Amino acid sequence: MTFLLAVIVGVLYAVGTYLVLRRSLVKVIFGLIFLGHAANLLIFTVGRLTKGAPAFIPEGTDMLTEPFADPLPQALILTAIVIGFGVQAFTIVLFKRMYQTLGTEDLDKMRSTDQLKPEHK
Amino acid sequence: MSQIIILPILLPLASAVVMMFFWKSVAVHRVLNVAGTAMLFVVSLVILANVLSKGILSLQVGGWAAPFGISMVADLVSAIMLVATALIGFTTALYSLGTIDEKREHYFFYPLLQLLLMGINGAFLTGDVFNLYVWFEVTLISSFVLLVLGGTPEQLEGAIKYVTLNLLSSTIFLAAVGILYGIAGTLNMADLAVRVPLLDHRELLSVVAVLFMITFGVKAAIFPLFFWLPASYHTPPVAVSAIFAGLLTKVGVYAIMRFFTTIFNHDDAAFIYQFLLIASAFTMVVGVLGAAAQYDLRKLLSFHIISQIGYMIFALAIQSPLAIAGALFYIVHNIIAKTNLFYVSGAIKRLKGSYDLKEIGGIYRFYPLLGLLFLVPALGLAGIPPLSGFWAKFVVIKAGLEAEHYLLVGVALLVSLLTLFSMIKIWNEAFWKDDPRGSNNIVDEDYTHIGSTKKVMMFAPIVVLSAITVVFGLWFEPFFDLASRAANQLLDTGLYIQSVIGVKS
Repeated sequence: MTFLLAVIVGVLYAVGTYLVLRRSLVKVIFGLIFLGHAANLLIFTVGRLTKGAPAFIPEGTDMLTEPFADPLPQALILTAIVIGFGVQAFTIVLFKRMYQTLGTEDLDKMRSTDQLKPEHK
Repeated sequence: MSQIIILPILLPLASAVVMMFFWKSVAVHRVLNVAGTAMLFVVSLVILANVLSKGILSLQVGGWAAPFGISMVADLVSAIMLVATALIGFTTALYSLGTIDEKREHYFFYPLLQLLLMGINGAFLTGDVFNLYVWFEVTLISSFVLLVLGGTPEQLEGAIKYVTLNLLSSTIFLAAVGILYGIAGTLNMADLAVRVPLLDHRELLSVVAVLFMITFGVKAAIFPLFFWLPASYHTPPVAVSAIFAGLLTKVGVYAIMRFFTTIFNHDDAAFIYQFLLIASAFTMVVGVLGAAAQYDLRKLLSFHIISQIGYMIFALAIQSPLAIAGALFYIVHNIIAKTNLFYVSGAIKRLKGSYDLKEIGGIYRFYPLLGLLFLVPALGLAGIPPLSGFWAKFVVIKAGLEAEHYLLVGVALLVSLLTLFSMIKIWNEAFWKDDPRGSNNIVDEDYTHIGSTKKVMMFAPIVVLSAITVVFGLWFEPFFDLASRAANQLLDTGLYIQSVIGVKS
């Protein structure tokens, strides 16, 4: 299971990196989303996978018995997903506004804030 | 008493929430914004006084004991950064009154400003790595909205670059947090400081250190990672540029300072300092050369932010107590001088109607006082005695000489000469030469329509910050003593650990 997840994380990172390097802004946004998912799954995998053993103290005892699934990575992922959702929603709206205003989604055409102003004659 | 350290986070949050209730009344927003930031400043000073007298303050949020819950920690470094943040928040609150248009005010400009301050304060106070990620995101999302508020094509284009690169750095941060938890089993900074030196898998630890380095490098705008900054900082209204320029990159520098003194201070991470030394030289040089080519006032100043970050990184990479103290003093000096220069650029724009240095001129002839107000932060930034920048550079360069980084010291000195050159360029073009539209062109048409209250609000912050730059320069000793104490406290990791989890390593 860990091996499978590791492969998936790798594939997601590869896809994300490829998309982020594209010129089309839609693809860049999808790339960012993929990278976010890859990071979430990475936390999940690195936080050790333990099947069918939630971190609850059994009735009648006052100690957790090994093995149990670490709840912290799950809490981290939950937080990260919520934050990622908000940020991605903002990015998509920003992209929509930008497409309406500038009329292009080609990143190569968005150079005006980087270039020097043309010389005055 | 240590509960007080949660206030710099709660106060801006409360002001923002109350403002939202009065969403129709901009007047309430304005008053609350100024009052909120003024209170924040007082609270920050109280925290600083407390940390000075009682040592490091820490708070376990929700009463969960240290490695399990989220810790908030205020040591001297955090407290000093809090005071600087609140000062800039307060002056920007005043400056916004004088410069922000009513439409932006209606679209929640002030609540966003408060949320930005909350995020920055949270990042300075937290003692938990994942919590730091959350505060970074709070800061980021408020800065995203502040950056695009108004929605001009230029702003949207700058925002795309800013948003994309910062989100990318956030995903790297998240991955680093995940791997760090996987190998260390904790994310509490104090607990990490205890456990990291004892861990196996040193090579993985180096990977994590590099990932953090890249994340914070993007935030701090270090050499190969800074391209989002000059592409976006000149697009929003100047009050927004000013607070971004003053504070956002410094959060990144602070994070580097915290991580690489408290957590990754063992030998395996030493290669990071080598990398930082080289990167700092390139950051200084590339930033200042970028600035020299510009004729847009705000773009020129944006490139200078990068160049100045180089000095701070240089000082951090030296790692001696003197250098860390120098870095800290440099950060505070730079926050004040840089923000002030952006304020001045906004005043110039309102006087002359343009940011383009080729289109303006002759300000000194009719407004000699503004000339003086520009020269204080400008010469301060370049490092002319007796202003604050001179001492900041003096300490950093002295620390560099003591550590025998002669080449880098040479670079630093050369770069400060070039900094002086580009400040003089602004002086010549905007203040000294005649206005290209004829010397009868005293002020822009629009300036005559600005009310006198607004003008006072615009110039008061400039006067205050210039005065602080002078005070820092003339009464250098007490401020530097404070910075030295902070640096010693930061380098003595035992104090930090003891304050948070109660055992000395």
